[in-house]
Amino acid sequence: MAVCVAVIAKENYPLYIRSVPTENELKFHYMVHTSLDVVDEKISAMGKALVDQRELYLGLLYPTEDYKKRYGYVTNSKVKFVMVVDSSNTALRDNEIRSMFRKLHNSYTDVMCNPFYNPGDRIQSSRAFDSMVTSMMIQVC
Amino acid sequence: QITELCGAKRVGYFGPTQFYIALKLIAAAQSGLPVRIESIKCELPLPRFMMSKTDSDIRFANSAELHGTKAQIPYLISEKNTFKRMDDEDKQQETQSPTMSPLASPPSSPPHYQRVPLSHGYSKLRSSTEQMHPAPYEARQPLVQPEGPSSGNQGTKPPRHQASLIRSFSVEREPQDNSNYPDEPWRITEEQREYYVNQFRSLQPDPSSFISGSVAKNFFTKSKLSIPELSYIWELSDADCDGALTLPEFCAAFHLIVARKNGYPLPEGLPPTLQPEYLQAAFPKPKWECALFDSYSESMPANQQPHDLNRMEKLSIKDVADFPVSTEDMTGDDKQALKSTMDEALPKDTSEDPATPKDSNSLKARPRSRSYSSTSIEEAMKRGEDPPTPPPRPQKTHSRASSLDLNKVFQPSVPATKSGLLPPPPALPPRPCPSQSEQASEAELHPQLNRAPSQAAESSPTKKDTPYSQPPSKPIRRKLRPENQATENQEPSTTVGGPASVATVKPHPIVQKQSSKQKKAIQTAIRKNKEANAVLARLNSELQQQLKEVHQERIALENQLEQLRPVTVL
Repeated sequence: MAVCVAVIAKENYPLYIRSVPTENELKFHYMVHTSLDVVDEKISAMGKALVDQRELYLGLLYPTEDYKKRYGYVTNSKVKFVMVVDSSNTALRDNEIRSMFRKLHNSYTDVMCNPFYNPGDRIQSSRAFDSMVTSMMIQVC
Repeated sequence: QITELCGAKRVGYFGPTQFYIALKLIAAAQSGLPVRIESIKCELPLPRFMMSKTDSDIRFANSAELHGTKAQIPYLISEKNTFKRMDDEDKQQETQSPTMSPLASPPSSPPHYQRVPLSHGYSKLRSSTEQMHPAPYEARQPLVQPEGPSSGNQGTKPPRHQASLIRSFSVEREPQDNSNYPDEPWRITEEQREYYVNQFRSLQPDPSSFISGSVAKNFFTKSKLSIPELSYIWELSDADCDGALTLPEFCAAFHLIVARKNGYPLPEGLPPTLQPEYLQAAFPKPKWECALFDSYSESMPANQQPHDLNRMEKLSIKDVADFPVSTEDMTGDDKQALKSTMDEALPKDTSEDPATPKDSNSLKARPRSRSYSSTSIEEAMKRGEDPPTPPPRPQKTHSRASSLDLNKVFQPSVPATKSGLLPPPPALPPRPCPSQSEQASEAELHPQLNRAPSQAAESSPTKKDTPYSQPPSKPIRRKLRPENQATENQEPSTTVGGPASVATVKPHPIVQKQSSKQKKAIQTAIRKNKEANAVLARLNSELQQQLKEVHQERIALENQLEQLRPVTVL
């Protein structure tokens, strides 16, 4: 169950960020922001290795966090998806996280396909994307 | 004056009959004719009007002809304009009014009719010229103010000054929505579908392939809807999310835009009647055939269009829509010619739709009005759409310019085949049209590379080929060759030289005597093959690019490997 989903563009500005409307929403934003550094580190660490699909999933970004885990995912065009999950109830399996990221990626490409969408704009017009994110955020709640 | 004549003053409001009369009178006034009852009988810009003699007869005729004649047309046109300017709730009401008017219930919709005068002047504007702005507006003012929708008046002023393109665009759409309304807002009627198909073909000659995202974006942006709304409409209609619109997707998108412009809120999800599968199934096969012919007509010069019209009886609306495609080059005179031809075609269209009583009639009327307005509208639109489709057009001129002598001979078919079949990307020229091997003689027809030499060969066999046989000698023709079917056969031919051109001219007249239908069928097949060719060529280039990229990756990997090897060894 994701409590916060963020789509970060290549230049590290957010295209889309959405969290479960609880208190400390700003904290989620900060967590996403800090995780960007970790994501960048992992991207650069790939170095000479060929970036293929399975490397897109960056896995747990910041393991020392108490209860909120963050997962990262980067696309071939350096668009980053960061997801903050609440592991308080059930421990989400890695595969589930991967599938969630895959869905996110698919929705993101659908948004890209829209010719009226300028790459680099905030993703605010795509209701399909919103609905997909909403489904992800409440599915395991 | 018009108000008096049409009896609105007497009735106290604009009932349907009064409204129709008023529209007719306004048209007369705009045309410069004196505003009298008799002028209603004249052949005014909306020719299908059939006015009876007396005033009472006129009204009677109006009500009697609600289903299919002039009243519908101006009413619809005005409705469109009105919708464009009204608020949402007004628009809602006015969408009601089209259905109500056929039902002849004036009392229930006086407010609508009152608002309609705002638009009918507008429509007349379009139908006549833009210089008539002051006249209809003046006519509108007295009509409107008694009724009092001053807000509507205000609303009309700014839209009036919009580009005719926009107006026509919205106007085109609104009647479609009107005709749609009796069923349900999200159902596409036949006329609407035809119109959409025409528009699709204007953007993309091949009915079965896609409109790319950028092309569609430019096209839909002309509707002046906001970008977020257009983005949402795209999201709804592009079911497979591939960034391109197939014909059913395009129709759904177009329909949503029409609805939105008429004030309907966009749905949360794609309505079932707009689903691509539904639309796909609903598309009748013959329309595709017509599409082929239409593409021919598109490429044809304006004067050829009536000729095509005769051939394509049932494609009246499509022809009309196609005319604008080629009307880029046309002057206003051509527009008139088009309109006249369109008018001829339209009666055929009416006869074609027996259908349900009122709806069919009203539908007939609406497409007529739509097509009528669409000539001027689409001409403007086509000009606006020049950017998306530049490639075919220049080539069209090329075809005509390059071999004048042959053009004289083949006028109808040759340019049509050329431009109609032109796939936009110029990258195609190097590729001959293997699919057009139909014409064995055309094999000798000059392929892109060869020039005049092939002409000699051409001359003999080219019975059917002559229609397609583009004058070989011109290098410009190369581009057109792919469209000219026969090219694939031409390639093997080694061409002789210039003198052959003379020889080719001779057989052409002979060829001309071939039955046009035969030519058409062949052209159709050739075009299909060309299109398939184009698609395959594109695919090929894309795959080759991918192959290059993969090669490069491989090379990079190998380099890395080599770098690592000495490290490990050491």
